[in-house]
Amino acid sequence: MTSSDLARTTNFDAIVIGGGHNGLTAATLLAQNGRKVIVLEAAGGTGGTIRGFEFHPGYRSAGLAHIVNRLDPEVAKLLKLDTSTASGKPLPTVALSPNGKHAVLRGAYGETIDGISPAEAKAFAAMRKKLMFQAGILKRFLKRRPPEIGNVAMRDLGAFAGAGLSLITKGREEGRDFLRMLLMNAADVADEYLSDDRLKGLVAFDATLGIHLGPRSPTSLLGLYYRLTGETDGKTGAQYVPQGGMSTLTAAFEKTATAAGVTIRTGANVARILADRGTATGVILGTGEQLNAPVIVSAIHPQATFLKLCDTAELGTGFVRAVSNIRSKGNVAKLDLALDRQPAFTGVSPDDHHGRMVIARSIAHVENAFNPAKYGEFSPDPVMEITLPSLANSALAPSGGATLSALVEFAPYDLKGGWANGKAAFEKIILETLELYAPGLSKSIIASNLMTPADMETHYHLPGGHWHHGELQADQLLVNRPVNAAAGYTTPLSGLYLASAGSHPGGGISGLPGLLAARHILSGDRA
Amino acid sequence: MMLEINTRRALQSHIATPRFETPFHPRIAALSETSDWYTWAGYKAPHSVFDEELEYFAIRSTAALFDISPMVKYRIAGPDAERYLNRLTVRNVAKLGTGRVHYTAWCNDHGHVLDDGTLFRLSPDIFRLCCQERHLPWLVDSAIGFDVAVEEETTQIAGLALQGPTSFAVLSKAGFDGIERLKPFQLADFPHEGGSITISRTGFTGDLGYELFVPAEAALSLWDRLWVAGQLHGIRAIGYAALNRARIEAGFIVANADFMTAETALRADRARLPDEIGLDWLVDAEKVNFNGRKAILEARRNQTLKHVLVGLEIEGNIPADGAIIYRRKKHEAGLVSAAIWSPLAKRNIAIASLTRPYGTRLNEDLWVEIYALRELQYQKMMKRARIVPRPFIKLDRRAASPPAQF
Repeated sequence: MTSSDLARTTNFDAIVIGGGHNGLTAATLLAQNGRKVIVLEAAGGTGGTIRGFEFHPGYRSAGLAHIVNRLDPEVAKLLKLDTSTASGKPLPTVALSPNGKHAVLRGAYGETIDGISPAEAKAFAAMRKKLMFQAGILKRFLKRRPPEIGNVAMRDLGAFAGAGLSLITKGREEGRDFLRMLLMNAADVADEYLSDDRLKGLVAFDATLGIHLGPRSPTSLLGLYYRLTGETDGKTGAQYVPQGGMSTLTAAFEKTATAAGVTIRTGANVARILADRGTATGVILGTGEQLNAPVIVSAIHPQATFLKLCDTAELGTGFVRAVSNIRSKGNVAKLDLALDRQPAFTGVSPDDHHGRMVIARSIAHVENAFNPAKYGEFSPDPVMEITLPSLANSALAPSGGATLSALVEFAPYDLKGGWANGKAAFEKIILETLELYAPGLSKSIIASNLMTPADMETHYHLPGGHWHHGELQADQLLVNRPVNAAAGYTTPLSGLYLASAGSHPGGGISGLPGLLAARHILSGDRA
Repeated sequence: MMLEINTRRALQSHIATPRFETPFHPRIAALSETSDWYTWAGYKAPHSVFDEELEYFAIRSTAALFDISPMVKYRIAGPDAERYLNRLTVRNVAKLGTGRVHYTAWCNDHGHVLDDGTLFRLSPDIFRLCCQERHLPWLVDSAIGFDVAVEEETTQIAGLALQGPTSFAVLSKAGFDGIERLKPFQLADFPHEGGSITISRTGFTGDLGYELFVPAEAALSLWDRLWVAGQLHGIRAIGYAALNRARIEAGFIVANADFMTAETALRADRARLPDEIGLDWLVDAEKVNFNGRKAILEARRNQTLKHVLVGLEIEGNIPADGAIIYRRKKHEAGLVSAAIWSPLAKRNIAIASLTRPYGTRLNEDLWVEIYALRELQYQKMMKRARIVPRPFIKLDRRAASPPAQF
């Protein structure tokens, strides 16, 4: 290093790479505890995958996430998010039926359901109770650092004991059922309880959204458990859109970080994480500028962290191999539509248009939609969830206009023949599907923007276009998330920490990876 | 799709050759009187050629020719080759000059030794790594992030070890001009049959000796060239049994004989850190990061090293191969992995692994339990053992430069 390089070196207590919601959460907590923190965000604004963008003059997309279902209450409290941001009216989920007779789940994941038989309502309630109880046991492990195999701390034993106790107190039957169901597939569980295809389709869809599994794939129930570990406003399984839309959430994260004293630099592209013989010491930006800090928190995809920013010479071969093998190929496409009027879905009440509408006619529909994805093809009959973001935030569309946002499965990252060739055909299929449920919709489309996983990779610097930063499956959870040697937020490089969705507990707008990582850093690596 | 039976058989011809033959095989087979073969890394290799004892004395008294073609060889080339090898191996490759060879080892992320071997720096950016086990997947994955190409060249490059006091004389007589300038661990290229071969002054015997690397197609002509030149210098073809005696005397360890390599060990507690198999001196803690660095240094700092490899001198003359070592004839302390009566040292010697603190703090009162099978009856002996430094023999001729003409 020359002396002129030294002059341009700036020192911080902590550098956070990535201004997504997890990066901002970690930065805020560190700054609130007296650390001098800088957040480096490569894009022009913070928010990561909830960073919105204009996709047609006057029409904005809210980003990848269009609904909140797992913002952690502690994160909300920490960030001093006001109630209008941190909570909202629980939105219904409409399980759409092609015949216009929909099932509408109200409250927190179907506390009551319209449009189904009383017997089915009872059956759903039984399943809901069972799954929520079991998810509650798993939740104990999501809000804490995963235990270190071979070095289990007292507090870990406490969590194990607590989980065991809550099972035992419910009787032997519940314990058996928990172990029986834990790694089951979602379809068998749905079949066990339900008979209504709309509800079964919804459960199958929710279990597999964002995961490379079909409802009949073993362990697919984990996806549903994960959803049901989320809570908003103290209600498990509830969902809402903040007043003013998702973008208020992005702004709130940024505002609280700034208020805590965090320096945020956007357009600051980190080119390299500097390390010497096992210790990370700083970062170099694309401009050549160097920043030093004893703590570097990488809140971006683990593969980008280690394979792009680190010199692999500073990491072990086995570690690089494990990181390279993280399964992280997205399956979900995001469609944003600019419409010249409010869309109307047949049989859906005006109020319920504010909620989440799901097209998944049956388990078989979801399973058949998944099958081609195994072979690198998109679904010819896709499943999807739809929201109308401009209803919550009128600024997203010009007056009189509207936007529609859909998360569509399955759209494999590695499409055979490439997305450049397949995108138009897939978009056509999606629009035809939507037209079936909202006749006249196609005529009101002014513009559309379909983001495939490949587009997400480019747009959000998201390897594989996977919003969980790595498949959320049994082999990539807990002590193996993202890989065993970097579980628990520490990495083989001392001073380098992980805090993205790629770390425990995983993706979704929860803020937990950021929160738990920052807590671990503040604990001085002791816990 | 079902293939027609003859087509299928043609695709499975490897079944007919369960053991490969090395490029030197026609010559060794012609010399073989004992027809005593074993399998070395998939190759048919001589355990002995005519007489194990006499072959050993060829190493120590004249010149012995040993086929090292089955040794696994990798070519590592590219602008990042040095940087790559410095991360891969425990020794400092920046200190290895062009035209030099060093003995080294490489570990996994846990610091467990994957193998040991010799690294040849053929040019600033081209290296050859020679070892016992195959490692291509590990070497290729280690190349992620480096501008380097890794290629296995085991079949393309044949190898011969020419070891013994007259080995230098044989090479001079064979017309390898300039061979006298080679110092230990130095290598150079020499013309042969219109091409070139690489000769290094290295070996596995602790004696004066050379290793010759030749393209497989020129292998037989090289053998003949040495054979003719060596006639008056007592050149003999030898098998592994003789070499094994020489290497024990020299105190060298053999992977999967004296220690289990991390990838072949089935039991988790069998893997070894370098310090646990006597390779601590290879580890350069000051150089740039390398695989296993953190684990090795942590084990040193926390004193969690569990084993130690030592040389033993055992009373009597019965080789203690495979014997259990006891302290005070009572407490099990370790195992002998290689042992011979050394004709040169005139001592009963062994290489052994002890469980610490035996061998580090508790060094006295060690005994080995030898079971000698004598006409269908075991005779059990408790023999006193003493930890002694390796190598067990030291020969001035090994390092003499230039070596003496005999």
